[in-house]
Amino acid sequence: MSALLECEKVTIKFGGLTAVSALDLRIGERELVGLIGPNGAGKTTAFNLITGVYRPTGGKITFKGRSTAGVKPYVLSLHGISRTFQNIRLFGSMTVFDNVRTAMQGNRAQGICEALLRGRTFIESERKVEREVVELLKIFGLETFRDTLGTSLPYGDQRRLEIVRALATQPRLLLLDEPAAGMNPTEKQELMKLISFVQEKYGIAILLVEHDMKVVMGICKRIAVLDYGVKIAEGTPEEIRRNPKVIAAYLGKEEA
Amino acid sequence: MRGKEPLFLLLAVIVAVALSLGSGAFNRYYLGIAIDVGINVILAVSLNLINGHTGQFSLGHAGFMAVGGFIAAKLTLVCGAACPENLRPLLFVGALLLGGSVAAVVGLGVGIPSLRLRGDYLAIVTLGFGEIIRVIFQTSDFFGAATGLTGIPKLTTFGWAWALAAVTIYVVTTVVNSTYGRGFIAVHDDEIAASAMGINPVRYKVTAFVIGAFFAGIAGGLYAHHKAVISPSGFDFIKSIEIVVMVILGGMGRTVGVIFAAIILTLLPELLRGVAEYRMIIYSLLIIGIMLTRPQGLFTLGRKGATS
Repeated sequence: MSALLECEKVTIKFGGLTAVSALDLRIGERELVGLIGPNGAGKTTAFNLITGVYRPTGGKITFKGRSTAGVKPYVLSLHGISRTFQNIRLFGSMTVFDNVRTAMQGNRAQGICEALLRGRTFIESERKVEREVVELLKIFGLETFRDTLGTSLPYGDQRRLEIVRALATQPRLLLLDEPAAGMNPTEKQELMKLISFVQEKYGIAILLVEHDMKVVMGICKRIAVLDYGVKIAEGTPEEIRRNPKVIAAYLGKEEA
Repeated sequence: MRGKEPLFLLLAVIVAVALSLGSGAFNRYYLGIAIDVGINVILAVSLNLINGHTGQFSLGHAGFMAVGGFIAAKLTLVCGAACPENLRPLLFVGALLLGGSVAAVVGLGVGIPSLRLRGDYLAIVTLGFGEIIRVIFQTSDFFGAATGLTGIPKLTTFGWAWALAAVTIYVVTTVVNSTYGRGFIAVHDDEIAASAMGINPVRYKVTAFVIGAFFAGIAGGLYAHHKAVISPSGFDFIKSIEIVVMVILGGMGRTVGVIFAAIILTLLPELLRGVAEYRMIIYSLLIIGIMLTRPQGLFTLGRKGATS
């Protein structure tokens, strides 16, 4: 069985610095995989490689069996790779509703001409989009904020809205970049529930980059560990917890 | 806001028609100013799509206007004599559309190389481009060189100016308020997030330039057939700045505010004609004052949704 996303010996160099080196990573359908590593290990870079922001200098990435080399980020998004950002990137001048609506680009049967003529298909497609946005907002408990400016929501809700916006693109693979960053323990609990819920309800694959061990260990079945751009371990949370290389990377080596 | 655009359009058309029917009652001076206002509304609303909604700072709007103005004027000058009286409105519309279309093609030409640039760099490129267009017209004998074109038939009526202003407003607001059009604002807000959500920033930026340039070209055509005389020096950098100021005063991306700003900034110099020597001083002080006290635009009620 071929995986949904497959990274083979993916390498990227910025000048003399090898940010990610020969990374092998497979994510199957409906799988929830964690990607962890200390600061500067190359997690976000790996994300940017998968979403097409960077082009790998070596190796190959395939999504749904097709190579993603040279494919623009917006095309990959339409093909089913969606993401959130480490430093939340909501659309600053838009309401909660519009933030989600904007992400429904693949879903609409319209362009400029349709919008100007306001024909039946256009009106119907707009209604459909509206229904779907409202439904998403309801599922994630954001419907009361529908007309609030997205960036004026509390921090945890902004994270949630970003996930909802990513889901609005109808992804097959959702990449979450440090969603627990800056959250308090209660919010982290909520977030873990939310991620498991999303994965079950929508049946999508999720790659979770996270700093917080508790969160990753709590929900991921499989975890890959990056250190200095190299994958040093991969396995179940239990295996990772006992892996001496991982312990060394996180806590430093024992003095001899 | 949603779903109300057709109503808005209808209202604008009714007002335009009513006013143009009663336009005999106005004296020529006021009528002329009313046409100026309509043309400036078209310019400001179309620039607002580029600068306000899509967030691409363009300083070349007078250039697009010049293209539309010269092309349309040349067409009516060449074909005008051969055209029977009753077909004149048709020729006029054709000239406006041709002017707008050529301007749109030029807009495409500017839009594409500008994609790698943002902020001040883009502003400088569009400014340079506007100047290039002006200089091209200035040196082209076909378009009357530095004198420009004279004796253009006065075909622009109040009705035409305001009907086309209504069309511009309709097009910009409807497109921007659609799910498709939210992409313009997404590109303005955050290009990286936009492309992660399936929005092609390149396509949207170029589209904004093309639509904006098209309507600037139409405005240029109206202007030429209103003043009867156009010269390249009328489409200089100052003209571009004037339009930018309308957009900024009205509030970037706020169509209603921008319309009001266009109206006020066209009327203001006329109202201040009595104190003509001090006019520019008063005008500048006003702008500085507004910039200091209401940088978000004169006609916006705090930060709300992105449009209207």
